[in-house]
Amino acid sequence: MDSASTTAEPEKLTKKALTADHPTWCPGCGDFAVLASFYKTLEKLQIPQEKIVTIAGIGCSSRFPYFVNSHGLHFIHGRALPLASGVSLSRPDLHVFAFGGDGDGYSIGGNHLDHAARKNVNLTYVIMDNFVYGLTKKQTSPTSPLGFKTKTDPTGAIDQPVNPMKKLVYGGATFVARTHATQVKHMMAMFERAIKHEGFSVVEVLSECVIFFPGAFDEGNPRKGGEFTLIEEKKWDGTPEDEDRHDVSDNSAAFALANEEWPGRFGVYYETDRPTKNKLEQRWIDDMQSKVGDASTADLLKQRFSAMK
Amino acid sequence: MSATTTSAPKANADDSNGDITDAVIRFAGNSQDGIQTIGGFLAKLAGRSAREVMTYMTIPSTISGGASIFQVHLASGEVLSSGDEADFLFAFYQHSYDAHLSSLRDGGICIYDSDHVTPDPEDKRVRHVGVPITSTTVEALGGTAKDRGKNILVLGLVTALFQLDRAKLVSLIEGQFKRKGEDVLRNAMVAFDAGYAYQIGDLHGESFNLQAGAAGDTDHVTTDGNTALALGLVAGGVRFGAAYPITPWTTIMEHLRSELPKHGGLFVQTEDELAAVTMALGMSYAGHLSMTGSSGPGISLKMEALGYGTMAELPLIVVNVQRGGPSTGLPTSVEQSDLMQAIYGSHGDAPRVVLAPINVEDCFHVAIEACKLAKKCSAPVFILTDQALATRIEAFPEPDLEQVVIAPKLDTETRDETFVPYPLEGETRHAPPGTKMAGGKYPVVTGLEHDAWGHPNGSPEMHQKMMDRRRQKISKLADDYPVSEVFGDDSGDVLLVGWGSTWGPIREATIRAQGEGLSYSSMSIRHLNPLPNDLGDIFAKFKHVVVIEMNDEGLYGFGQLATLLRARYANPSIVSVTKTDGLTFKIKEILQRVDALVC
Repeated sequence: MDSASTTAEPEKLTKKALTADHPTWCPGCGDFAVLASFYKTLEKLQIPQEKIVTIAGIGCSSRFPYFVNSHGLHFIHGRALPLASGVSLSRPDLHVFAFGGDGDGYSIGGNHLDHAARKNVNLTYVIMDNFVYGLTKKQTSPTSPLGFKTKTDPTGAIDQPVNPMKKLVYGGATFVARTHATQVKHMMAMFERAIKHEGFSVVEVLSECVIFFPGAFDEGNPRKGGEFTLIEEKKWDGTPEDEDRHDVSDNSAAFALANEEWPGRFGVYYETDRPTKNKLEQRWIDDMQSKVGDASTADLLKQRFSAMK
Repeated sequence: MSATTTSAPKANADDSNGDITDAVIRFAGNSQDGIQTIGGFLAKLAGRSAREVMTYMTIPSTISGGASIFQVHLASGEVLSSGDEADFLFAFYQHSYDAHLSSLRDGGICIYDSDHVTPDPEDKRVRHVGVPITSTTVEALGGTAKDRGKNILVLGLVTALFQLDRAKLVSLIEGQFKRKGEDVLRNAMVAFDAGYAYQIGDLHGESFNLQAGAAGDTDHVTTDGNTALALGLVAGGVRFGAAYPITPWTTIMEHLRSELPKHGGLFVQTEDELAAVTMALGMSYAGHLSMTGSSGPGISLKMEALGYGTMAELPLIVVNVQRGGPSTGLPTSVEQSDLMQAIYGSHGDAPRVVLAPINVEDCFHVAIEACKLAKKCSAPVFILTDQALATRIEAFPEPDLEQVVIAPKLDTETRDETFVPYPLEGETRHAPPGTKMAGGKYPVVTGLEHDAWGHPNGSPEMHQKMMDRRRQKISKLADDYPVSEVFGDDSGDVLLVGWGSTWGPIREATIRAQGEGLSYSSMSIRHLNPLPNDLGDIFAKFKHVVVIEMNDEGLYGFGQLATLLRARYANPSIVSVTKTDGLTFKIKEILQRVDALVC
């Protein structure tokens, strides 16, 4: 995190300062808890308010930027990630967050997700996955389970759903975690690790749509009789128990976890340290700038024109 | 009225040992023969010899192989087109001979590779001169080079034939080939000297001394439109951008990818066109002047996000190097069929600025103007160039860089309590992220209809007010345009009106008609949206306003600009000449078509 080393008065970032419009979500929507956890995590990390940028596409959860009092941008459907990448790559001083749902991220924006992951652009992406299109009132989403009845699949969904963890690990995201909107402490821990991770970090949050897919995630919610099973990460302590724990840097192990039966486990599936596109591009920029030295824009253009004479 | 003269001032190729002032030379071969290299050297030489030059080339859209031509128009006076007909044809193969002999004017000279071409003995229309180009090259170079180098051998032939400046050409060859290694340079020089020394049998003793132009004290820049445009963007302050490769746009992004890091900027190749325009908008939102670009299919894909640029009032430069459409169309041919798309292309009413450069030099200046206008109105600005302008080479004086360069500025100064991003009266005041808001409230930029603060508000009154605001800030730009220039008298029988790269042929057609005593004037419109305020008065002074453009006549008989001008001025004198054959206008084609319309 950037140190706020400037002379200015240290303004404490509070949940109150971060609160903006009251959310337009339906009462009981899982996204409320995601928003509250986001506020609390920022409060804990004390990121300078003006450096926070929240960006989203289209969907219920993509309304997120209106509810955070920070610089924000509400974009078009499916393209939050390339826009956020443009901000991140051209402004290394900022903390860039993208928010969205399963339709925005895995369907209309699915290709961008693969490429932002591959390029390892330095930003944090929170996907509020509710397995259904809510804003347009119950159509099949890319994560809707087989057999789920919607207005576009009245006899039940027939297309194999996307496995988000597999897509993210395969795509090359360098931090991939999964959490549940009813588990606020765990969600905050995942957000904090994602923000601190340098690179493309993604947190998939199972966030229930109480109107169009109520009960979708009860199997992962102890209060509804389900089980919230955590991934035990390796402690590298040499003990025999450690043998069975999950090595977050092992992508085969991440795939194995992603293949587990519903509701699966929660926590960090994958984390690796790979140079970000931001760093690699900056290295090239620095290299080129050191070659041209003090030459002004006009000087450099003159050189180009001279070479064409 | 008659305006059907077809002969331009031509090289006196019939008179041996004559001084000539103008020559159109066409090289026809295959794309892997390095025909472009010959043309490139000649164009550079022209720039160094105060000769005007314009080139024209076709390259097949295959990786290697396929017929290719390069035409060079060299003259000691003004060059406005790449030439209707060639004075000289260099034919490398039988197919080149068969396909291009008709491009030679009557009495023109065809120099063919006698190792590959059997000329038509019956053809007395042109002069045939055989040179064993391939075997002479192999003989000169020996070894394993085979016939590679025959382009440079031909360059030597041309140098001797036109008595071009040998020393300057040699230094150009050295400059080009040294980087590739001593062996390569040595071979090139051997080939060049062999060509230079070759006595062309039937032309023995003849020469065509191409005169240098009037005293130019400095060397001219010779380059193509895409290069000039890329450098203009850098000069105008663009430091960030993103794009996806597509012909014929791609070379602009290649230039910017290498150029911008020198200036502390960055150009990103994205996964697709949607990501490209989106990423560029992200860079704009972040406070930079940024750009994206593409050609036909890619521009279509960008349209949704460009509408967002208008709605969210973000400055963005969008370059469209037009090619033949629709769909994949003619990827390597020229057309001007994206004008309506540039002006109206997104859903909803999304006004934006559209500019069109008229020649290679103008690509540089229009790019800078686009930068200024994008910042001024905080909206997308289109630059419509085309395949012909993108790839052809012209010579022009170096711009006064100290004067034109604009330094970019990232403004993250704290905004005070009175800040509103979209005041109903007044200019857009974007606060990029990183900016502290003294009032404590931070802005959200949105594609939803919104109020002055940017807050979603779809009320009937607000939507109307904001629509007015977005329209008026664009239409107001025309108040500061320079006065439109008419070439020729400002009243008369015929005003030829064009836009973009048709400027040269239209001007040459005007000169030729004027030379015959006809009352012709012409103008090219560089600002296409909003249009200049003075056009109505100009048009009113002519009996016929003939709009000449490379697009289809549409369902109602008018090209795209003609349609707009008729709608704007309701002037029945406005008529239309259009074509979509993928080729630039020839002078005689313009004169004949106009003559048929106005007689």
